[in-house]
Amino acid sequence: MTTLTKTEDSPAPTGADPFLSVRDLYVRFSTEDGIVKAVDGLSFDLERGRTLGIVGESGSGKSVTNLAVLGLHNPKSTTISGEILLDGQELTGAREKTLERLRGNKMAMIFQDPLTALSPYYTVGRQIAEPFVKHTGASKREGRLRAVEMLGKVGIPQPQTRVDDYPHQFSGGMRQRAMIAMSLVCNPSLLIADEPTTALDVTVQAQILDLLKDLQQEFGSAIILITHDLGVVANTADDILVMYAGRAVERGSVKEVLQSPRHPYTWGLLGSMPRLSGDVEQPLKPIPGTPPSLLNPPPGCPFHPRCAYTGEVGGDRCSSERPVLPEGRGGACHLTAERKQSIFIEDIQPALG
Amino acid sequence: MLQFLLRRSIGAVVILILISAFTFFLFFSIPQDPALLACGKNCTPDAIKIIHQNLGLDKPVPVQYWNFMVGIFAGRDFAVGHCSAPCFGYSFANNQPVWNTIVDRFPTTLSLTVGGAFVFLLVGLGTGMLAAWKRGTAVDKTFSSVSLVLSSMQIYFLGPIVLGLLVYSTDILSSPKYVPFTENPGQWFVGLLIPWIVLSVIFTANYTRMSRSTMIEQLQEEHVRTAKAKGMSSRYVFFRYAWRGSLIPIVTIFGMDLGSLFGGAIITEQTFSLAGIGRLAVESVIKTDLPMIMGVMLFSAFMILLFNIIVDAAYAWIDPRVRLS
Repeated sequence: MTTLTKTEDSPAPTGADPFLSVRDLYVRFSTEDGIVKAVDGLSFDLERGRTLGIVGESGSGKSVTNLAVLGLHNPKSTTISGEILLDGQELTGAREKTLERLRGNKMAMIFQDPLTALSPYYTVGRQIAEPFVKHTGASKREGRLRAVEMLGKVGIPQPQTRVDDYPHQFSGGMRQRAMIAMSLVCNPSLLIADEPTTALDVTVQAQILDLLKDLQQEFGSAIILITHDLGVVANTADDILVMYAGRAVERGSVKEVLQSPRHPYTWGLLGSMPRLSGDVEQPLKPIPGTPPSLLNPPPGCPFHPRCAYTGEVGGDRCSSERPVLPEGRGGACHLTAERKQSIFIEDIQPALG
Repeated sequence: MLQFLLRRSIGAVVILILISAFTFFLFFSIPQDPALLACGKNCTPDAIKIIHQNLGLDKPVPVQYWNFMVGIFAGRDFAVGHCSAPCFGYSFANNQPVWNTIVDRFPTTLSLTVGGAFVFLLVGLGTGMLAAWKRGTAVDKTFSSVSLVLSSMQIYFLGPIVLGLLVYSTDILSSPKYVPFTENPGQWFVGLLIPWIVLSVIFTANYTRMSRSTMIEQLQEEHVRTAKAKGMSSRYVFFRYAWRGSLIPIVTIFGMDLGSLFGGAIITEQTFSLAGIGRLAVESVIKTDLPMIMGVMLFSAFMILLFNIIVDAAYAWIDPRVRLS
């Protein structure tokens, strides 16, 4: 383990159980072509009031992990093993009724595309009030008042009248605000935001992220922010978990991961991110190759077919031995810490500008 | 919404005018003289000529068409008597205005089709939703295969079998007959039960299969997942979120089925000897009762268009996006 410079707001290592703890999570889908190992031995922790950014390409298992936390996978075609502890309560294998009481109440989710994620058949107000009425036993009238209050809180003008509108009468940004209002209506302790800004205009993105931050301060929720956009994470999250092929390949605080990343995949993500301050002539560097098939992931380190530094590791360790992600700060890579640091400083950092 | 209905109504009127013109010129141009029916046995050319004059058949066809159309709204006077609006002409075979016969026969057909539609929607949607709910289980497979068998049934095949089983050999029910609802609701129900079942069978299977597949489709929609993520129970999500969305394709198909439903009514009425509009259509074709054919054609076209507009209005009730745009 490497020594870290500790920021003041990092969780105190008192040995108290974290609010959300995921241990050795495996999620497998049986399909006609075989078994898809969508999440492959994932572990992470999250404290109250903190934001964890989960970053990775499409198909890296980000969304699958979080749907597993909510228990939204079809049990017929999905096998989930491992531990998901929410405030000490085991969620894997929990009964549907138990999960129903937690969903929308203690843990809530914001989906990527608010147009398809909101039902076109019911008013925004009704959809916001539903979980409130269900979980708190409030009357329909109280639910409606609560919906108006929430809409006001997320910055919808004239919430008293907009509450009776249908989602298609809202603009994209307002729909996402409504979605956020819906997820926060019961003051959840855990909020999972699955690419909450991807379907929105860039100008609206920042507003939505600010809104999430403000609401987190007000409610003290723990947030998991799923994204493929490192820029979003940099502004919003406290910690980062980088996922690749269903595994965590690097974790650390935002500062640590963005300033001294320790996995070639993270280098690739940083290199493919456009920068306003960067040289216009400097081309973006995409990561070569495509994400691996999760039906048949590469042996050893799943990133090795796309990695430019396998030659630096002795023998065929990259293709035969699965690198371990150390607890706390670290990256799952066979390169030595010193070598990683020198490669990052010499090869990667200059190109980032 | 109002504008939408208005547009649909205008469209329907245009369609009705086209249908009336088409039927009129088609039937009045075939070499069959309607006057022969009115003339009776000892018919002389002079008598036919007088009848022609009395009924306006000596005038050119466009003029006759015009008089016919005006008659619908203003009524007409024939030598045999006054035919008050709506006048669809005078039937020589029945010796009474066409409209009176239609009014007489219509309740039977309305009871038959509405009741039949109610049965196949209830049973079809019910079994389809149950199959979707129990997807992949024995229940699902049973419903799916039974519906496949039933969908290949025909009314004139199934009708006699049901009659034989429930009426002739077991006396569970008496022979189908129409008793007006206003007269005796119980007998109305019992008398039409067999025709309803037989008429609905050929439709039920389609609705089972369709509501099953649209429900399964809807259950994979993202907004249905959102509802689950809010902690709503599976039952609530199924009936409130998925079902609402599955109604739209079903209503669409139902609108298209209205025509076949009337076609089915013709065969059903014929099979069970019920005196409805369908049977009237068959009788009048056999007797070459041209004004009656004309009247039945126009009337059924009107009813089908009317129900289509009602179905369109149902869209707006189901989907607020239609209502507001």
